[in-house]
Amino acid sequence: MDEKNLRGMIERVKEGRLSRRGFIQRMAVLGLTAPMATQLLAFGGVAMAETPFTYKPTKAGAGGTLKLLWWEAPTLLNPHFATGTKDQDASRLFYEPLAAWDPEANLKLILAAEVPSVQNGGIAEDGTFVIWKLKKGVKWHDGQPFTADDVVFNWEYASNPQTAAVTAGSYNYIKVQKIDDYTVKVLFSRPTPFWADPFVAANGCLIPKHLFEPYIGAKSRQAPWNLKPVGTGPYKFKSFTPGDLVEGVINTDYHQPYRPYFAAVEMKGGGDATSAARAVMETAEYDYAWDLQVSWDLLKKIQAGGKGRLKFAAGTDIEHIQINFTDPNKVVDGQRSSIETKNPTLSDPVVRKALSLLVNRGAVEKYIYGETGWATSNFLNGPAQYVSKKTSWEFNIQKAVDLLEANGWKPGPDGIRQKDGKKLSWLYQTSINQPRQETQEIVKQACHKAGIDLQLKAILASVYFSSDVGNDDTYPKFYADLQMYTTNPTDPDPGFWMQQFLSTQVAQKSNKWQGRNITRWQNAEYDKIYAETTTELDPMKRAAMFIQLNDLVVDNVVVIPLIFRKTVGAAVNELQMELSGWDDDTWDLADWYKETKA
Amino acid sequence: MSRAYILRRLMMTIPSLLGISAIIYAILALAPGDPFGQLLTNPNVPPAVVAQLRKSFGLDDPVWLRYLHWLFAMLHGNWGFSFSSRINVSTLIFERLPVSLVILGAAEILAILVAVPVGVLAGTRPYSLFDKIANTLAFIGFSLPTFFTGLVLILVFSIRLRWLPFVFRTDLSVTGIAWLWQNILQSVMPVTVLGLFQGAALVRYVRASVLDVVKLDYVTTARSKGIGERKVITRHIVRNALIPVVTLVAVQLPVVFGGAIITEQIFRIPGMGSLLISSILSDDTPVVMAITFVYAVLVILFNLFADLLYAWLDPRIAYR
Repeated sequence: MDEKNLRGMIERVKEGRLSRRGFIQRMAVLGLTAPMATQLLAFGGVAMAETPFTYKPTKAGAGGTLKLLWWEAPTLLNPHFATGTKDQDASRLFYEPLAAWDPEANLKLILAAEVPSVQNGGIAEDGTFVIWKLKKGVKWHDGQPFTADDVVFNWEYASNPQTAAVTAGSYNYIKVQKIDDYTVKVLFSRPTPFWADPFVAANGCLIPKHLFEPYIGAKSRQAPWNLKPVGTGPYKFKSFTPGDLVEGVINTDYHQPYRPYFAAVEMKGGGDATSAARAVMETAEYDYAWDLQVSWDLLKKIQAGGKGRLKFAAGTDIEHIQINFTDPNKVVDGQRSSIETKNPTLSDPVVRKALSLLVNRGAVEKYIYGETGWATSNFLNGPAQYVSKKTSWEFNIQKAVDLLEANGWKPGPDGIRQKDGKKLSWLYQTSINQPRQETQEIVKQACHKAGIDLQLKAILASVYFSSDVGNDDTYPKFYADLQMYTTNPTDPDPGFWMQQFLSTQVAQKSNKWQGRNITRWQNAEYDKIYAETTTELDPMKRAAMFIQLNDLVVDNVVVIPLIFRKTVGAAVNELQMELSGWDDDTWDLADWYKETKA
Repeated sequence: MSRAYILRRLMMTIPSLLGISAIIYAILALAPGDPFGQLLTNPNVPPAVVAQLRKSFGLDDPVWLRYLHWLFAMLHGNWGFSFSSRINVSTLIFERLPVSLVILGAAEILAILVAVPVGVLAGTRPYSLFDKIANTLAFIGFSLPTFFTGLVLILVFSIRLRWLPFVFRTDLSVTGIAWLWQNILQSVMPVTVLGLFQGAALVRYVRASVLDVVKLDYVTTARSKGIGERKVITRHIVRNALIPVVTLVAVQLPVVFGGAIITEQIFRIPGMGSLLISSILSDDTPVVMAITFVYAVLVILFNLFADLLYAWLDPRIAYR
């Protein structure tokens, strides 16, 4: 797929010969997330589709209290300081962005009046600016009007290094200008095909200038509003106990008609995921429970309680096996897995190919993750309902054996295949987590049949995922041949995500293992194409380059993708809501309502 | 028992508390994890932001300097602020304390109400059928961890029978009698779990203590005077047998805080225990320090209190 094909495809969408969905599916196969694909369409002059309107109630506040159960409790309510999704979700009860991502990766307008497009002059074709028109007549909870000044202020606030906002990544490389009271222009200091990041979705929630202005920079911690939000959202702040409970009451001045349906909202935090699932689907004490990372067997049983049902969202989380291209058993310059070394066996492409054939993704999906995940062989793409049929993964022990035999890897006296005295015997590490240990077992058994010996190792998650330089069991050190965990492109634009295969990003002692290339795979062609993407102005050409990069990673078996994990929540039967997968669980809270049985 | 003795004991707590705080601080500093771990693994957050946060929270200083900072601030009554919610630790703790106290207080009362009569009856009729049953139940009671009994109660009373709620709520919308009733309903299970766990251990102590006293000569004398058995038990046996039990309860009180950590987590009670767990999980050092330190103070103070109480109840004991 090159740039010309890409343009041709967008032309076909324009003429109606290819559906938007079809286009997103094709992009997904090529490794581009759905939001990225819809952005490309926008550049190509195809406007975003409207989020289907499904909200039925005709009166606000008729629904009593909406009870949400988050098993991790929110600890603060300023979206710019959210240390996890729990804080983002809780902030979203009160704060809103200009637009949010719907499940189809279209922008749903919240505080913006229209989606910027090439036709309406909202986006520059070279990706250097975007113009947002704001909704008029929106008021903050204290009655002050919401204007362009607030939007500009949020950029100043978040990009000020003294503020130390966690959203800074979305605001550091832009400039925001006020054109009039209801129009702002976002200028990108580098060409940014993915224009819908600042002021959009979780990182885009807007705080009021008139309250936060004195607390910009180093004083940001002292703002009383960090715990007492004043936003534009469907609910007004009532009370907050950090680590326990957030309460809100209906905002009768809300800017969308007939919304919200509930007169009040509460978000209880704490406990564990399993009992949260029970509190919704078995006892209906709560209306919605978030992030149910519970084994599929148990979830099925709890859902049989009948009071609620599971809600899934196509996420971007991918459980994958990484292959170490360096030698974890040789110490060079005080570190193992040094870039000076070469993995004696896994550096052979044939061996990697054979290993990939020995991973039974079907069994992992069927027996371990159930409906909460789906098998995939594709690393870099989005929703798998688009992908599963098109990509091919294969589980074939015989084929792996033939491949190894043909290339001189013969069984030794102990049954383990070897060549030139180098044995196919690897250490395979991951974090302690039951599904992961079960997956390790499945891979180990298949490898055993093919004459490959795997030693399994499970490490406490708090150690494995820490950045502790003094500990040898962390995932960036990768002192093993294989390792497995879940990762996700937090940014819909692949620019940052693709850095993890750059030669310059190799995690080593010299950079305190902060480098993002953990497999330590180095490829000159990859580096060259990546360098070109950083200067390429044309969004189409750039997208085509990313597709090439993805192909390189897949063809070289740098990683073995296993399962796309879905976001799982549970809602009581009456509650009507959808999860987005590209945005917070509470992305369209204003539209949640209960269908009362007639 | 003199005033000098109390003063001396209080003085002795100072080095203990210093030592305890230094050890806890060292352990927390050595433990893996980082308060900004979640931010570090989120590639959207620029490293500069994390660096700035670390700097502003003083995390880049050497451990001993951080400890001294903490110690001096603590001496001035400044407990620092929580990394995760960015508010003062004292505010957080005082928000949580009342719930814990009510639940733990109720559990301790339940434990005493169950343990004393059962223990006394079992002790005065050793090896009777009642004693054997009481003993067996007590063993089961303190062998089963609270997280297990808690989950069993939830499964039976909330999931199967649907009698009791299992998510503890502090925002009950009703008032008056209904509010009280709702609170009782939601407290039944956690209080039962904690109370019976404590009570089971206490039964054994009461029984042992009663057994000791029953054999003493003065009890035989009382009986031979022809005083009724009931009176012998209440006036003569229990009075003396409970002296060590009272001190034991006092010493155990801080332990109840520890036992409540798991129970609070299971029932989502917003108390000190659940605050401690979530702070440990998010590596929120100032909060963990403050809570563990409060526990340490409680343990030391209650020990002192138990000693003094013992001497007051039993004049034969004298401290110099």
